[in-house]
Amino acid sequence: MKPAPFEYVRPSSRAEAVAALAAHGDDGKAIAGGQSLVAAMNFRLARPAVLVDLNGALDLDYLRPEGGVLRIGALTRHAAFHRPVVEGPLGVLLARVVRNIAHYPIRQRGTFTGSLAHADPASEWCLVSRTLGAQMVIANVGGERVCAAADFFKGTFTTAIQADDLLVEARLPLMGPNWRSGFFEFSRRAGDFALAMSLAALEIEGGVIRAARLGVGGVADRPLRLEGLEGQLVGQAPSAALFAGIGEAARDLISPTEDIHASADYRRDLIRTVVKRALTQAAS
Amino acid sequence: MSALGQSLKRIEDRPLVTGAGRFAADERRPGQVYMRVVRSPVAFGRLVGVDIDEAAALPGVRAVWVHADIAHLPPIDFRMTRIPGLDPYRQYVLAKDYVRYVGDPVAVVFADDPYVAEDAAEMVFCDIEEEDACLDATGDPVPFMPQTLPGVLSEPACIVKAYGDLDAAFAGAAHVIELEVKVGRHTGVPLETRGALAVYDAARDVITMYGASKVPHYNRDTIARMLGLPRDHVQLSEGHVGGGFGIRGELYPEDVLVCCAAHALGVPVKWVEDRREHLLAANHSRDQVHRMRAAVNADGFILGLTDVFFTDQGGYVRTHGGTVSDLAAALLPGPYVIPAYRVEGHIRLTNKTPAGTYRAPGRYETTFARERLMDAIAHRLGLDPVEVRKVNLIREDQMPFDRRIDALGTHVVYDSGKYHDLLERTLARLDYPALKARLAARRAAGEKVGMGLAYFVEKSGLGPRDRVTLTVLPDDRIEVVTGVASIGQGVETAMAQICSDVVDLPIQNISVIHGQTERISEGYGAFASRVTVMTGSAVRLASQALRETAFAQAAPLLQTRPDDLDLVGGRVVARSSGAAISLSDLAQQLPEGLTAEGVFEADHMTYPYGIHVAQVKVDPETCGVSVEHYLVAYDVGRAINPMMIDGQIVGAAAQGIGGARLGGFVYDEAGRPFAASFADYLMPTCHEMPTVDVLLREDAPSPLNPLGVKGAGEGGITAVGAAIAAAVDDALGRPGLIDRLPISPNRLHAVMGAGG
Repeated sequence: MKPAPFEYVRPSSRAEAVAALAAHGDDGKAIAGGQSLVAAMNFRLARPAVLVDLNGALDLDYLRPEGGVLRIGALTRHAAFHRPVVEGPLGVLLARVVRNIAHYPIRQRGTFTGSLAHADPASEWCLVSRTLGAQMVIANVGGERVCAAADFFKGTFTTAIQADDLLVEARLPLMGPNWRSGFFEFSRRAGDFALAMSLAALEIEGGVIRAARLGVGGVADRPLRLEGLEGQLVGQAPSAALFAGIGEAARDLISPTEDIHASADYRRDLIRTVVKRALTQAAS
Repeated sequence: MSALGQSLKRIEDRPLVTGAGRFAADERRPGQVYMRVVRSPVAFGRLVGVDIDEAAALPGVRAVWVHADIAHLPPIDFRMTRIPGLDPYRQYVLAKDYVRYVGDPVAVVFADDPYVAEDAAEMVFCDIEEEDACLDATGDPVPFMPQTLPGVLSEPACIVKAYGDLDAAFAGAAHVIELEVKVGRHTGVPLETRGALAVYDAARDVITMYGASKVPHYNRDTIARMLGLPRDHVQLSEGHVGGGFGIRGELYPEDVLVCCAAHALGVPVKWVEDRREHLLAANHSRDQVHRMRAAVNADGFILGLTDVFFTDQGGYVRTHGGTVSDLAAALLPGPYVIPAYRVEGHIRLTNKTPAGTYRAPGRYETTFARERLMDAIAHRLGLDPVEVRKVNLIREDQMPFDRRIDALGTHVVYDSGKYHDLLERTLARLDYPALKARLAARRAAGEKVGMGLAYFVEKSGLGPRDRVTLTVLPDDRIEVVTGVASIGQGVETAMAQICSDVVDLPIQNISVIHGQTERISEGYGAFASRVTVMTGSAVRLASQALRETAFAQAAPLLQTRPDDLDLVGGRVVARSSGAAISLSDLAQQLPEGLTAEGVFEADHMTYPYGIHVAQVKVDPETCGVSVEHYLVAYDVGRAINPMMIDGQIVGAAAQGIGGARLGGFVYDEAGRPFAASFADYLMPTCHEMPTVDVLLREDAPSPLNPLGVKGAGEGGITAVGAAIAAAVDDALGRPGLIDRLPISPNRLHAVMGAGG
């Protein structure tokens, strides 16, 4: 469990980091919290020739609402979200979700955008980003571009980030006062990767769902947003029967992955449960 | 006040809680080289060749060895339970001709730096002609190494034990109940992985291996024999040990390799196992299938029982020989009378990691089997599970109870026990009728809650003997030199308390030496819950001998007779005159000092017994099981330090709850392990642990030793699988639903679906 040989560079700004990645091309790999990458390197499953350590690039360390979005810089740790970071429903939602991410020490080190760049199918932040329609800001020496979450996640550990790109920021849309959220995940132990999880956000006015966001994670090669089912929620009054029905529909919609912890059949049934419970919590 | 029975704080804890512990990886010497083992990536195949050229050429690499380089080393022999027929299945320290599991050592690299060692190990190419792996221990036997050992099949032995008239039992049965159960593959997983540093002292021609644990004397003798050295030319030394659980400290290929290399290369050789290696290479355990058939009368009394079981031994037979299967066969009947019994235990080689003992070996598996059977009988006859157990329990007036079979070469005679009494006390502690009513009310309200109870008999105090020497030191200190090992269980405190009881000095004044082959001529180590029974008894005998010697020597000095003397606060005091001399002062006046020796021998084991009760809640939508409450009632005969026993029991229960719900080594069809890290081999954390209520009893002291003690190291785990399985059945209202461990949510989903 010793990594293969690698070089290490520590740029002191975003610009230097981007330049370092450009200089090393396919051989370079950015590291921020390292909570997934270092383990993979120790197993020699990841063998970057050059590690570009972002921790000295302090201009990536920011977290602020601006222009209707929450801007999350690349050095923002999971633990930053333990308390609501913005007023309103989004801060509450993020604080609700963050406690499901691994364990306290890991949350002190791992970063929000690091999770997105790693793109584990069971990552809570990937699910949040996909479900809420995050925008990813990707920089390279040529400039920067913005990529929608729908186009960002390409598969297990695979994203729109190219060899000399750096994911410098994620932007989550702020949510109006009538939004509420629910999140439920089932894992073998507290802190483990979810066997299935769901995030629901509902805008409820006058006892009727005006808008909805619904996503499922840990069941496919990437987080899934269930836009068709969101449409079925809109215009309805929240009820146990409605949510049970949406859970059933989600179950039938998805062909889940299987592994040693969950068969496809089991995961299908879990999808029904996590969706129903996330919706129920959102409406409660 | 005597120290015996007091919950004194452990004297060994200060370095451990201040970061000053010295574990295997903390041992280092100038000029040491690092060993890295190249392991087979496939489960079964003919080893055609190993290409080491690229690795050997890497700068910083001192040597690369394959089997041919150490062909003079014999395979690792059995430490215990040498059953005829096992010899061809022993493991060589590096694979010879075949690889038989993923993780089988094929080559070793020695390098100046652990990173270089790992880089070089990657460059070693193993040319293996892969063959179909055997992963089912219950199928027809298959060839072990077809080309080089033709005719040697994967069943080396079948253990048969029997007593009583089974034909009559089944002829007279009102019911015959059959049950097949399976216990999955688990292991102990100590927090500290294995590790060793071997140092060769050319001036003395002695190899010393640091990082020993469990059985240093056995391992010293075996390493010396394998290397062809006189035994005092190899010494083993134990530092702090981060857990043993039966698996740590057995003699493994790596221990022999570091010693051999230190001798051959003339430099200190260090090896520290990583977690992946640990999960692939250290002993696994459990993994049994039992097929039982019980003849039962109308009251639920078992007239006769047969069992055919299969132990999945993995790739080779290691140091334990047939121990696990032998214990399983002998102890399956547990606390019940069962007048007629026949068991047939098949030891089967497969292409998984070799198996050995893990905390309550053979008892964890058979308690699951037997107690699931008791529940099945209760269900078939429409009886309360507790009533069926009462009908079958051995009565107090039947003690000592001769089981009429052998285990580990000793005759199984339950030395003492009040089985009905412990059951009544347990039910009273639970307020059983009220608890049942409360759970029924919650079930009626829609909750899936239930409870399960399981009874078991443990065994402890395996001989043959233990030797202890005491030396009185200056400043009212006493040194106790033992031949046992401390794997974290509190040996120093327990031995000091026993010595303190006689010499009447604070336990802080008593130093206990363990795990140092250079300090004492023989030692039998720490396993089978034997230390307090065997070593503790030897400490008591040695302490009493010291007192007698002190009295004899002090009497003339104090101008009185020995029978006028008392030992108070480490001072020999004349009752008549009040004249006194401390043991330390007395020792200084004697040319030979003041020493004593104690030897305790035992040819029978002692048998503690206990009951586990689990209360669980099942979430039928997620198939998650949470343990709401857990009770362990356990009679240890006599408790030297109740707090330490409580720790043993709670820790063991945590291991058991983890194993019953989470853990498990699983493989793909080619024999590649899925669970090779803590991401997939799940250990319990505090989040998964309920509060464990410990009902510690001393109602049936052992008549077999001067302290009356029975071992306490294993009873916290023995019945966990059985109790949780029964509780899940009860919660779901589906008697007999759980017939295998672990009870993972995935598995529970599959079986819940099957019955609607």
